[in-house]
Amino acid sequence: MSETTPTAAPERAAGLPAQSPPVDRAETAKSDAPARLSWWRGDGGEGARRNLGLLATLLVLVVIGILTRPDLYGNASWVWGNTLTILKLASVVGVVTVGMTFVIIGGGIDLSVGAIVALAGVWCTTVATQSYGAGGMIFSALTVGLAVGLVNGLLISYGRLVPFIATLAMMVAARGLAAEISDKQTQVSNDTFINGIASTNVLGIPLLVYILAAVVVAGWVLLNRTTFGRRTVAVGGNPEAARLAGINVRRHTLLLYGLSGLCCGIAAIMLTSQATSAQAAMANLYELDAIAAAIIGGTLLSGGRGTIVGSLLGVIIFSTITNLFAINGLSTEAQNMVKGGIIVAAVLVQQVQFGSLTQFLRRNRATSTT
Amino acid sequence: MTNPLVAAPADTVAGEVVLRLTDVVKTFPGVRALDGVQLEVRAGEVHCLLGQNGAGKSTLIKVLAGVHRPDSGEVEWRGEPASFANPQAAMRAGIATIYQELDLVEDLSVAENAFLGHEPRRLGFVRRGHMARRTRQILARLGHPEIPPGRLVRHLPAAGKQIVSMARALSHEARLIIMDEPSAVLAHDEVGNLFRIIRELTAQGIAVIYISHRLEEIREIGDRVTVLKDGRTTAANLPARATPTNDLVARMTGRTIEYVFPERPADETAGAELLRVDGLTRPGEFADVSLAVRAGEIVGIAGLVGSGRSELLETIYGARRAQAGTVRMGGRTLRPGSVGAAVRAGMGMAPEERKSQALLLGEPIYRNVTLATFGRYARLGFTDAGRERAEADRIADSLELRPRDIRRPVRTLSGGNQQKVVVGRWLLGDTRLLLLDEPTRGVDVGARAELYQVIRSLAARGVGVLLVSSEVPEVLGLADRVLVMREGRVVREAPAGEIDEDTVLDLVMAGSLMEGAPA
Repeated sequence: MSETTPTAAPERAAGLPAQSPPVDRAETAKSDAPARLSWWRGDGGEGARRNLGLLATLLVLVVIGILTRPDLYGNASWVWGNTLTILKLASVVGVVTVGMTFVIIGGGIDLSVGAIVALAGVWCTTVATQSYGAGGMIFSALTVGLAVGLVNGLLISYGRLVPFIATLAMMVAARGLAAEISDKQTQVSNDTFINGIASTNVLGIPLLVYILAAVVVAGWVLLNRTTFGRRTVAVGGNPEAARLAGINVRRHTLLLYGLSGLCCGIAAIMLTSQATSAQAAMANLYELDAIAAAIIGGTLLSGGRGTIVGSLLGVIIFSTITNLFAINGLSTEAQNMVKGGIIVAAVLVQQVQFGSLTQFLRRNRATSTT
Repeated sequence: MTNPLVAAPADTVAGEVVLRLTDVVKTFPGVRALDGVQLEVRAGEVHCLLGQNGAGKSTLIKVLAGVHRPDSGEVEWRGEPASFANPQAAMRAGIATIYQELDLVEDLSVAENAFLGHEPRRLGFVRRGHMARRTRQILARLGHPEIPPGRLVRHLPAAGKQIVSMARALSHEARLIIMDEPSAVLAHDEVGNLFRIIRELTAQGIAVIYISHRLEEIREIGDRVTVLKDGRTTAANLPARATPTNDLVARMTGRTIEYVFPERPADETAGAELLRVDGLTRPGEFADVSLAVRAGEIVGIAGLVGSGRSELLETIYGARRAQAGTVRMGGRTLRPGSVGAAVRAGMGMAPEERKSQALLLGEPIYRNVTLATFGRYARLGFTDAGRERAEADRIADSLELRPRDIRRPVRTLSGGNQQKVVVGRWLLGDTRLLLLDEPTRGVDVGARAELYQVIRSLAARGVGVLLVSSEVPEVLGLADRVLVMREGRVVREAPAGEIDEDTVLDLVMAGSLMEGAPA
């Protein structure tokens, strides 16, 4: 029967050396093995290509800005100032998004980030905490963020709750606690150091942008250069394979939510500084912004794939749209509709890329079998 | 078709041919799931499909049910070439499939499930009374008029749910019903009832494709048998009652192929005792298993799917927690239920399901090779990608991985090469005991011989190997010592040279053949 089968099985072709000419990439890789990879691409050309697409999207948005307000874009110092405005706008959500990206790559979701930011913000601006000064406030915000994140992690990894449910419950509970602590009042921050963070510029660039940059760089290194990052991809990509390779999947899941909570703590300080106050309703719907930015940035909602750079570009695209509407004096309602459209478009583009990939494979197989 | 493997049609079946498959091929990336399937089903017969796990039965069902479309080959349905674009099309054509995990909506009623997707309607409203009446008729036809059409499916026992699945098939006026291991969810006395229903269906001229691992069922209900192995039809239209068991098993396990096994070392090289398992028990899976593996020794476990062998391996590895018994490595008792402890003690495992249990398919080869060891090359938590790639390169060279480019996603590799990646993972680090669960499933013959070589050379280096395989020749050819498992117990232990294939097969299949085997 095997003789009558007219097709050459690709797996057998791959299994026998003489049958198929070796892939030329394999040749080059062998000649200078171990091959060095360009640093900016990491190991996945796919992610880099997607990020180029995001950059192109950003470029289109800038072009729209130029076309709609040529008067403003003619002024170089305004352009610089506006760029900083966009980045500053992106900074708080950006920090939250870095943590969210880790959670999603690790196969989870964190709906409680906005609530954690609010709780950490309220906690660090109580009269009692403020009496310890800026150090005490920062410490408490980070600790509260981390602790709430770890509770999420415990519920999910050891309590075996579905991430969606656990963090949904935390979203409600943390906001409730924040309202309780603040007695539903706006708590004004009287600390000049904290209040100064948002208004300080270093070398002409806002300090908040540096904080975002630091978190993004740290996140990138953590994801791409450390064992923590590798475990994250493994746990999200195939939890069973990770477990059977000896990775402690539960502990890692716990740490992922802790990391997300910690990022929320950082964001809480930034946001409190911007408003010079904190309240239970702050950081409203940040979870949606962060999830949307990560998804636009190419992070797979089912886990196992995603990039920090992509998420950053996703956040910047969002704040550029907001800015675009602001400089044209348009309403926020229209803005939200456009943002919703962008999310759908981003996911559609991902599907089309995937679809064309499978199509390509199929065609490839068809030609190899004739 | 002039094919020596295909026997002449049994004369017992007189109905016209309703379904004919010729040279059907279906590939997925990296695996050729169907590689030339022939099948002929006649009206009013029960046509049994036999084959081991991975033989292609599930893919074949899905092709017939319109879930997958074949890459090539012909599907002829009631005399005309057919191609089902989707499951609805197959159903409309009269092919209904009852999957093993019944695809019923638990919170809908019996009638709603039976008519799911084609509810009788008038002006957009479901005609509930009409639907209930018709459901009652169908249930009566199936010999179960006592099931109330309004009852939620959730409240029915497994056998009742199966009846509802069949009612759905009949609501579509199916001419062919495919049943994927229908008896697996049933208690013994319910199977008789199932058979009675099947006979009533076939008496009405409906064809049934019946899939089961239980040979005695096939003998009782089946008319003809088609055997699949590695995606091919190895025998078609054998008479279900008259064909000797040995013959069927031989065609399933493919003993016709001669494997080349590396030679055993002449001297008795096995060293100190490495692994000792005492009285290991997991209720319903295996009981009171004791065994030992010495350094440099290959111990093979022969047994059928469902004999508890895979569960045993996973329990030794800590992926399942034993209810009783101990696992000791080098004299130290391992913490039960902890893979981490097992890995630290020097164990490594290549699990049964490569893709779902062992690989990150989208990640590059080298990252899959170093999945268990990347922490060892890291300094202060920072991974050393250069070293990882160098180590993976070394492994790829020694295992003759093809293609050789370790940056390719592992998804693009063939089954054999994927398995090399999984085994290669444990060649890094200090693995002293390798647990291999069906290491050559879905691996082509060439890569198979290479894997055998790798396993033997590992043993020569002093690594202990515990091997599970449903292919008896593989166990006998590769292992130094053989354990035979049946129904969760070790029924025989012997040096490989002192036991032959027939003996093992007899032991393995004693009593009811392949009982309780899940798909």
